[in-house]
Amino acid sequence: MNTTLPNAKEIRERAADWLQRRNFWNWSEADQAELDAWLAQSPSHRTAYLRVEAAWENTGRLSALRSIRPAPRPAPKNRRALPLLMGVAAAAAIAAVVGSSSISTWFGPEVKTYATKIGGHEILKLADGSEIELNTDTVLRTSIDAHERKVWLDRGEAYFQVKHDEKRPFIVLAGNDRVIDLGTKFTVRREPHRLQVAVMEGRVQLQSKTASGKEHSVALARGDVVVSAGGALPVVKKSETQLEKDIAWRSGELVFEGATLADAAREFNRYNTDKIVVAGTGVATLTIGGKFAKNDIAAFAELAQHVLGLRVERAGNIIVITR
Amino acid sequence: MGDTPENGRETADLRRSTGMSEEGLNGWFVREVLPLEAALMQFLRRSWPNKSDIDDLAQEVYARVYESAREKIPQPVKPFVFTIARNLLIDRVRHEQVVPIEAVADLETLGVAVDAPGPDRNVMAQDELRRLQAALEKLPPRCREVVVLGRIEGLSGKEISQRLGIGASTVSEHLATGMNALADLLFGDEAELGRKS
Repeated sequence: MNTTLPNAKEIRERAADWLQRRNFWNWSEADQAELDAWLAQSPSHRTAYLRVEAAWENTGRLSALRSIRPAPRPAPKNRRALPLLMGVAAAAAIAAVVGSSSISTWFGPEVKTYATKIGGHEILKLADGSEIELNTDTVLRTSIDAHERKVWLDRGEAYFQVKHDEKRPFIVLAGNDRVIDLGTKFTVRREPHRLQVAVMEGRVQLQSKTASGKEHSVALARGDVVVSAGGALPVVKKSETQLEKDIAWRSGELVFEGATLADAAREFNRYNTDKIVVAGTGVATLTIGGKFAKNDIAAFAELAQHVLGLRVERAGNIIVITR
Repeated sequence: MGDTPENGRETADLRRSTGMSEEGLNGWFVREVLPLEAALMQFLRRSWPNKSDIDDLAQEVYARVYESAREKIPQPVKPFVFTIARNLLIDRVRHEQVVPIEAVADLETLGVAVDAPGPDRNVMAQDELRRLQAALEKLPPRCREVVVLGRIEGLSGKEISQRLGIGASTVSEHLATGMNALADLLFGDEAELGRKS
């Protein structure tokens, strides 16, 4: 037991400083090691960092306000924005236009924002004939004019079927990464500090700015899967059947084959407000397989209970799986 | 899924603790414990006379909760968090003698506080954008400007610095201040103020 209290102000300032360094400036492996060491120093450091990080991740939803409120000028009262946003929240899992306005004087062409809730899945048809399918808990913005088609993936995952146009490149931007379509079908999945691109058809170019500000670029063809996490861009080749499993969400399914319980739980948690927690020695690394409806946590819990012989307990919206 | 790079890390974490993986533990803390902050802060303010200690106490409660959860995830969470808070206050009184015992004489009756209204998760989800917007409005103007450019416009630190013509370290300071203020506004009991009834 500590006999002296932690200095919350100092620790929280330090935690926020780490977070802003990590998110806004060059970030090297040495920096990460330094941060890891700081976090491991004390549970006060760890919890302060988790706290500020969780709040900041939460503010990702603010990006939905972007097109409504031109940013550099603080608009003190914007009453119009609110009902529009709340309307969206109420309108179930509709990939609604969250906001759209003519702010061409600030940012060029009109920017439209689309969002799905947890468990949502919507198809967005663009005027140029391209289609974007938004997976669960996704926010993206589009900006399309005669010269360029731009999509910002602010969070979540989307499947793109792009109508190729030599004169109008189709670019998906996500943090330090940009995916340039060369006529194709592909998925982009964004998580904190990690981006995954998988190509189902055709070719794309992935450009990624690393921590040190260096640009990496890789050309991807059908079956290529790449994970960008601020470093080199290792490409993995996947078979067609493997790829189909990864995009089974398009038909409302989750397909696992030799997935660890922890990974499977993480997938389910993306689609459901009920959350699975896997706890206990050796439980997380058990492997499972099978096809599930993406919202059928009950089937997953049953499998854990009856096939793997684990204990399943529910507490509120948390389902705990243990030995 | 089975070949993701996280697997190695997770296995290492499992070796270190007897409980869940570090990632699972972190997720649990964010989902289950942080939403109790408003209620926890109210409890501490009511129970502790020295208001300048409140943040430090909350921070220590978090550290203790996190450490305990390493061994075993407590269920239900809320009474556990408040028991830790209560024990911490008793510790402080007995060992540090920082305040006269009478000041916290009603500690024994503090069990009631466990049922104090905490933030309802559904309300939080529904009101999230509204609260975020309100929180943003509360930041000091320059700080808000930097946060908006960074978070909503997606500019890098360097780009913000160029756009506003201010130094990198000033940008860093504003970002860190903004991040902490947003955390206080989103989790702390001040969050109540920005929320409609």
